[in-house]
Amino acid sequence: MDAPVGTSPAIEVERVSKIFGSGEDEVLALDDVSVAIRKNEFFTLLGPSGCGKTTLLRLIAGFEHPTRGRILLEGSDISPLPPYRRPVNTVFQNYALFPHLTVAGNIAFGLEMLGRPRPEIDQTVQTMLALVKMRELKNRRTSQISGGQQQRVALARALAPRPKVLLLDEPLSALDLKLRKEMQIELKRLQHETGITFVFVTHDQEEALTMSDRIAVMSGGRILQIGSPRDIYDHPAERFVANFIGDTNFLEAEWLGTSNGTGTVRLSSGAVVAASPPAGSTPSGKVTIVVRPEHAELTPDVASAPLRGIVENVVYFGTDTHYHVALPEGREFIVRRQNRRGSAAGFGPGTPAGIVFADAAAQILRD
Amino acid sequence: MALSHAALGELGDARPAAGAAELERRAARVRWGLLAPSLVILLFAAIGPLFIVLVYSFLTPGPYGGVVWSPSLEGWFRVLFQRDIFDDSLKFQDAHLSILWRSVKLSFATTMLALVVGFPTAYFIATRPERSRTSWLFLITIPFWTNLLIRTFAIQEVIRNEGLINAALLQLGLIARPLQLMFTDGAILAGMLYVFLPLMVLPLYASMEKLDFRLIEAGYDLYANRFQVLRRVIIPLVKPGIIAGSILVFIPTLGAYVTPRVLGGGKNMMLGNLIELQFGQGRNWPLGSALSMTLLAIVMVALLVYVRFAAKSDTTGHG
Repeated sequence: MDAPVGTSPAIEVERVSKIFGSGEDEVLALDDVSVAIRKNEFFTLLGPSGCGKTTLLRLIAGFEHPTRGRILLEGSDISPLPPYRRPVNTVFQNYALFPHLTVAGNIAFGLEMLGRPRPEIDQTVQTMLALVKMRELKNRRTSQISGGQQQRVALARALAPRPKVLLLDEPLSALDLKLRKEMQIELKRLQHETGITFVFVTHDQEEALTMSDRIAVMSGGRILQIGSPRDIYDHPAERFVANFIGDTNFLEAEWLGTSNGTGTVRLSSGAVVAASPPAGSTPSGKVTIVVRPEHAELTPDVASAPLRGIVENVVYFGTDTHYHVALPEGREFIVRRQNRRGSAAGFGPGTPAGIVFADAAAQILRD
Repeated sequence: MALSHAALGELGDARPAAGAAELERRAARVRWGLLAPSLVILLFAAIGPLFIVLVYSFLTPGPYGGVVWSPSLEGWFRVLFQRDIFDDSLKFQDAHLSILWRSVKLSFATTMLALVVGFPTAYFIATRPERSRTSWLFLITIPFWTNLLIRTFAIQEVIRNEGLINAALLQLGLIARPLQLMFTDGAILAGMLYVFLPLMVLPLYASMEKLDFRLIEAGYDLYANRFQVLRRVIIPLVKPGIIAGSILVFIPTLGAYVTPRVLGGGKNMMLGNLIELQFGQGRNWPLGSALSMTLLAIVMVALLVYVRFAAKSDTTGHG
């Protein structure tokens, strides 16, 4: 199928707030959240536990109802509907497979509840079993198959009724690393083959970056930034986003203005470097910039580098090496350098080093 | 526990020379040691007396109760038949059959009612916050605090002609004469339901407590409405509790004695009362013994049928 990401929204969340409990125990789980998820998109809600991402997913599924705001599915308001009236299916974190049914019985469940004719159900179950490569195990009990296989059955069960949107609640968190990597690729393949909109919840930034078309980074019940993985990684708009996704160096700087279409800032060292302003706002005065460790490089030419310091620590990671450089103002700046065979680390602990940034590597935060 | 720990210690200390056979023998000794207290009690309090009852059923009744040691099949014979006083011709013992039928009917009805009433109760308790569940269970066990006989007489106070219900209805002018509630099958049913309801609720609760409520959400997510979730998800998953509860209610109600005696009076006998009659006024111990063994046989057959039925309906998964 491989339908392109549509422009019309599959899910629109309009100014949704969710409050749990009441009185003293009141918890604001979602705070005025709005987001439009496009058709056939792999959309990820990313954030630490307690950020509201699972609550948002449960609101879309219908297990919870919004305190304020509404949720539209392909343009029509679904907020008052119970879960069994929504053409939306969920892959649960622990899979929640029915232990009293076989693999095939689990996959058939949704179709049976929809009252589809038996031949059609059997046909779809066969297709789904093939899709997730579980044909041989269709008559097994769910307790008799491995975690990875349970994951596949959970996917097949949720995809079988052909929902308009598939919700995935940290579905890979119970799998070991190798299986998780396999399933990441598998999920992307399934999304392409079925052409169904996926809304994926995770706290794993790497998972989000590798799989998503777009990511919404959440914290404290709010969406802080929505964008493509590259957008989010290269142009984090807020300190939280920059910190949560990847390693980051924060630097204090002063906004100088725009010249030739790019912004410039003056660092505390006095050096002037190029920096991209955050989308949709104009910085002024004191600003914070972020530079990813791999977007900076060490140079022996200390005098002409915009930042200088003393190498304090060298940490070898196999694929790359991290240099922890102490800056004069007491901050630490980390530079990541990819390792090549035979290249010796040039900067041992205690050596002075200059730090240069790649073009447009510095990003100004909104705060 | 102390016993098993000591034994485990012993296992651990076993010298390599002891060998696998020796270890296995010690493990077997531990297993039997753990079972011994129950086995002794069962042997002396259940299997032994049962054997005596079985022997009595093949003897001749003594003139003032008890038995005479001369073998006879008369006891078993009279479970179902009676001899005409004048011409010795055989007739079916209608009274026994109707008592048997009433017992099975009332026990079955009690079990079903207890299931219908107990299921929502157990579900309610299982869905409370963990802290308050203990208090709810505690409330369920309150009826056990007082003696069964006292509780049964208390019910009598409520349903007798001058009792609470009739007094209230008369006062309200809804009825002109007191309703005959006492000494009816309905009274026995209500009494037994009350007495045995906790035995249904507790095993039901035990399996509902283990129920993963995310499976219910999964059911809703996959287009099952409330009724379908109950039928296709909850009931299949708590089936062990349903089976255990039904057995725990059905068996003691079938042999119930106090409740039908007090609430059913002399006319509406159940098997338990019939048996008691043979050992008391009837002075026919062999017949009483044969009736007891018959009751035992009915219970065993009912259990076998039920378990077989439950196992069969368990395999509704799709191939």
